[in-house]
Amino acid sequence: MKMRVINFVKRAAAVLLFAPALTLAADVSVNLDKAPVSTEPAALQHGAKLFVNYCLNCHGASYVRYNQLENIGLSEQMIRDNLLFTGEKVGDLMKISMSRADGTTWFGAAPPDLSVIARSRASGDGSGADWLYTYLRQFYRDPERPTGWNNVIFENVGMPHVLWELQGEQVAKVSDDGHGGKHVELTLAKPGKLSVEEYDKAVADLVSFLVWMGEPVAEKRKAIGTVVLIFLAGFFVLAYALKKNYWKDIH
Amino acid sequence: MTTKSQAVLNWIDERFPLTSSIKGHLTEYYAPKNFNFWYFFGSLALLVLVIQILTGIFLVMHYKPDASLNAAGVPVAFASVEYIMREVPGGWLIRYLHSTGASAFFIVVYLHMFRGLLYGSYRKPRELIWIFGTLIFLVLMAEAFMGYLLPWGQMSFWGAQVIVNLFSAIPVIGPDLSLVIRGDYVVSDATLNRFFSFHVIAVPLVLIGLVAAHIIALHEVGSNNPDGVEIKKKKDANGIPLDGIPFHPYYTVKDIVGVVAFLFFFSAVVFFAPEGGGYFLEFNNFIPADPLKTPPHIAPVWYFTPFYSILRAVTYPLFGLDAKFWGVVAMGASVVIIAFLPWLDRSPVKSIRYKGPIFKIAVVIFVICFFILGYLGVLPPTPGRTLVSQICSVLYFAFFLLMPWYSKLDKCKAEPERVNFK
Repeated sequence: MKMRVINFVKRAAAVLLFAPALTLAADVSVNLDKAPVSTEPAALQHGAKLFVNYCLNCHGASYVRYNQLENIGLSEQMIRDNLLFTGEKVGDLMKISMSRADGTTWFGAAPPDLSVIARSRASGDGSGADWLYTYLRQFYRDPERPTGWNNVIFENVGMPHVLWELQGEQVAKVSDDGHGGKHVELTLAKPGKLSVEEYDKAVADLVSFLVWMGEPVAEKRKAIGTVVLIFLAGFFVLAYALKKNYWKDIH
Repeated sequence: MTTKSQAVLNWIDERFPLTSSIKGHLTEYYAPKNFNFWYFFGSLALLVLVIQILTGIFLVMHYKPDASLNAAGVPVAFASVEYIMREVPGGWLIRYLHSTGASAFFIVVYLHMFRGLLYGSYRKPRELIWIFGTLIFLVLMAEAFMGYLLPWGQMSFWGAQVIVNLFSAIPVIGPDLSLVIRGDYVVSDATLNRFFSFHVIAVPLVLIGLVAAHIIALHEVGSNNPDGVEIKKKKDANGIPLDGIPFHPYYTVKDIVGVVAFLFFFSAVVFFAPEGGGYFLEFNNFIPADPLKTPPHIAPVWYFTPFYSILRAVTYPLFGLDAKFWGVVAMGASVVIIAFLPWLDRSPVKSIRYKGPIFKIAVVIFVICFFILGYLGVLPPTPGRTLVSQICSVLYFAFFLLMPWYSKLDKCKAEPERVNFK
């Protein structure tokens, strides 16, 4: 009798252990390309330039000050000469003049602030950088959209393809993927100023900059963390020795 | 001690029980000498409480509980958190310590509670300690829930919306009750301000009071130990328990080891993975709260998910009342039932070391169910998942409600006379 109870309980436990497998099926996910994120100053500076020229007209980065770009190796003078166009001061926040109400009217939704976009876009499918890297490379021509553009991973997006003169124009061939979904294949119909490799590199730099901007302290945080962990590891040895010494007369 | 400092001490002792308090709680508080790994988590919970209070004090200096939009169209509360992250010197560290501390608190407290379950620490004469502990857990959940609204991100907002709406399922008073909690018809600036007030003043005061009661009650009856035997039964000629050692210095030096080990793992998260893979800081919470845009999937923070799963597992209306109401009842019961453990466990022994196979298997199933429920709580529901969470919820309650029978039936070993210590 007792054995039977135990066997039943064992079997029940086994069923429970495999229960998660039952639950894992079918969450919609998108395929993201791995973003080659860099922390090199040259890449970040190039990204900053693209950001200020192409993004910072509709999107703000209202938690970031221009002079914080000194942390990616720019001098104050370089920031003044290259990144300030409309009379901002170098200590100003990266704000835009377009109001949210206008943004909503013009694009259907106000363009989001991009300060922490690389953090908010992370998901089970990949990092925020992966999402941005994929998104910025998968715009295609769609005459049915008011802007004339659509996007593979962000369907019916309100944003037009701002980088089109760099990438050129892609067109999409939509087919059934055999699982009730759509498979979209992009081909470059009209080349832009940059080759495919150059464009991918430019987007990678822009995404690297967005990642940096999401948490400017990230590299410093890791550097401090290494010192903290080494200290604690050393402290542990001392603390353990102290404990051993005190406890040697407890039997 | 010099005569002068002795005189000062005497002066104080005539007016305040300083020396006797130090003796009663530290140098002459006799704790069993056989504490193991599991006994670190009580003092660690106290450490995390201190971390949360200290970092909280500095966060309040810069945080603004204001849901209105700033010039750039971002809610002031959300922007003030980013201000702390970027412009307050060391602010990022303070904030990460606090956000990681919230998750660490629950990890440590769950392990601390599990220790009590393993070694029967809730049994007579420690019932009140256990009840105070359950209350601490409840209050901690309220504290964490309210704190999570403050960054005013999408998950803050919609999580609060979902949870406060639960109260509206209570018959008669429900709708008004949820209105009082929110201070508005939707989660809004009024909600943010009152949650801020509760999070930084009201709930911490209650929490500290309960922690004090928890420790005073513990020091009144003395600590349990992995063998579950009372060390006070065997005393030497001076009335000191034979298996007891003074808390200070023995357990203070031992707890320092635990503290340093804990801080190592804690710092690893703070400095290298402060988002905790999206579980400690949810990715969606980096999007400012938008009352017009419901996220496709609203998941509570990981430490609530086992109970949230139990809530969602109830899908049948009963006695003319909504399934949602019974879900709330089940969720509430799943926490409150923990307080009744001292009277549900009828085993002749306290510690799992001497309990029989039925109890051991029950604990294993209980832990597996708890993990599955927690895992399912972060996922959107599907029929398959709901079925699994229903099975796990039934087993969760069965662990408690059937305990009076199976703990009595079980074939226990005899407890030793003295504690095991090698």
